[in-house]
Amino acid sequence: MFDGISTQLLLGQILIGLINGSFYAMLSMGLVIIFGMMHVINFTHGAQYMLGAFCAWLLLNYLGIGYWPSLVLAPLAVALFGIFLERVLLRPLAGLDHLYSLLATYAVALIVEGLVRIKYGSTGLPYDNPIPGGVNLGFMFMPYYRLWVVAFSVVTCVGTWLLIDHTKLGAYLRAANENPQIVQTFGINVPKLMTLTYGFGVGLAGLCGVLAAPIYQVSPSMGSSLMIVVFAVVVIGGMGSIIGAVATGYMLGIVEGLTKVFYPEAASVVIFLFMTVALYLRPQGIFSGREAN
Amino acid sequence: MRLPLLAAVVAVAILLVAPFYFYSVTLMTIMCFVVFACSFNLLLGYSGLLCFGHAMFFGGAAYITGHLLKTTPMSLELAILCGGIFSGLLGLLIGVLSIRRQGIQFAMITLAFSQFVYFIFLQSSFTGGEDGMQAIPRNALFGLFDVSDNAVFYYVVLAVTLVCVFVYYRIVHSPYGEVLKAVRDNQPRVESLGFNPERVKLLAFVLSATMAGIAGGMKATVYQFATLTDASWPISAEVILMTLLGGLGTLTGPIFGAGIIIMLNDYLAGFGEWALISQGVILLVVIVFFRRGFVGEFDALTRYLRGRRAEAAVTKPENSVQAL
Repeated sequence: MFDGISTQLLLGQILIGLINGSFYAMLSMGLVIIFGMMHVINFTHGAQYMLGAFCAWLLLNYLGIGYWPSLVLAPLAVALFGIFLERVLLRPLAGLDHLYSLLATYAVALIVEGLVRIKYGSTGLPYDNPIPGGVNLGFMFMPYYRLWVVAFSVVTCVGTWLLIDHTKLGAYLRAANENPQIVQTFGINVPKLMTLTYGFGVGLAGLCGVLAAPIYQVSPSMGSSLMIVVFAVVVIGGMGSIIGAVATGYMLGIVEGLTKVFYPEAASVVIFLFMTVALYLRPQGIFSGREAN
Repeated sequence: MRLPLLAAVVAVAILLVAPFYFYSVTLMTIMCFVVFACSFNLLLGYSGLLCFGHAMFFGGAAYITGHLLKTTPMSLELAILCGGIFSGLLGLLIGVLSIRRQGIQFAMITLAFSQFVYFIFLQSSFTGGEDGMQAIPRNALFGLFDVSDNAVFYYVVLAVTLVCVFVYYRIVHSPYGEVLKAVRDNQPRVESLGFNPERVKLLAFVLSATMAGIAGGMKATVYQFATLTDASWPISAEVILMTLLGGLGTLTGPIFGAGIIIMLNDYLAGFGEWALISQGVILLVVIVFFRRGFVGEFDALTRYLRGRRAEAAVTKPENSVQAL
């Protein structure tokens, strides 16, 4: 069946696809959570991912704080930046047409990326691998760090899903998404819930950035191109479901890996091609039961 | 003579003599972006659809026009028109798919599609990939007139721009334009009146894409090269900024917006990153403080002053005719 294509190459690309898929899954989950709660499409997501990576790099190079503490500190810093943004920028725009909040988040991304580029240049900055070495799987050499990324992202995604689907806080979130006024009359502080949701989604992006720092180089533009692919992933999965976003993320990571084996020229467009087909066959998204509006 | 007509005549008169006082390439760039921004305003300002990938129509048509001029003896105006038609067809294809998803997600989908188109251009051989398409000739206009000199070509660009702006004006003020605005403001009501809002929006998307294509084809002939930058998403964002800065849903807004941003880019070209940062800052300031944009705020101000003057005069009974 796979004439001319070695099993080694195939399995290797599937694993690399799974790693890319981990990032797609976590980033699109953050986008869907923010959209579901606030109806904001967060164009700053890519910049916030980049900020997470930069925070980790700064912590290491200026304060000597290593990878493991950064894994907590950097996302927190990015989340705080998100909370600040939500309070001063998105809240005042909440009553207006959604296009204004979308464009405002885009403007912030433009400013943040530009400032980082002025301060640190466009070239990538290296970040040392915290778990060197790897294991020989027989068909390929698997660095430990990549295994860690995949495992960690699965745990994060499942954890977030459990938090939203099986806890009281998650129930408030879902209720506030359906009908904010009624939830408010029950004495729940909906604006605060929104701020926290945005902070959480943005923090997830920051976390992805820290995870990505040792694999990809830390550079100002690392987020913007990735963000567009993640948008396509979210469109395919549908805006209505967290599990849908996560599953689509992993799936498309693998699909992209497989395309690199069978038809490398199409690897950069295969996700967009998938989006085209998905929009044609299931306009509401493959995991959405109803039109997510 | 009515005031707007007078203003239009004065503007055309200024444009006719402008190349004697200003650098003609800058003026032509501004006009290309005026057409581009008008096309965008037709979509966002009058139908409420936020397309975050308009550069694919602009850059795509630039390649098509350039390719036709390079490989065929086609006359200049036909090549630009073919660029527009290509973008219109691309718009039809993408519009059919994107309009199926409601609301603000349209922005996300069109951005993803534009990246798709960008990658296709990157890998196609005819576009020259990262190097771009060089040395696009300016074939004779109507197959007769030589327009290779910028001093002459300026008037070709001016003529195309005036035709496009006039068409844009006619579309906005046509019965179709009224339906379009109604769809933007209250879609269920339009649907209940027997219109098909999806089709109305799709037509707006195709018209807008065609016009953006003409702007792109024109730019390829002005600079005589076409690059990936023209099809990249920062250009999509720039046209949003132009339209918003000028005034969303105002007739002359895009004209001012395009002029201001192109001149600003020209001025900030030497400052590297600061050009993009200043675009971000301007966008934020417009969104937070001046959502009506340059022309919109100006209109509001004159209306306010006129209102005060009317108040000072004898209060007449209002003779506004309510629409049925």
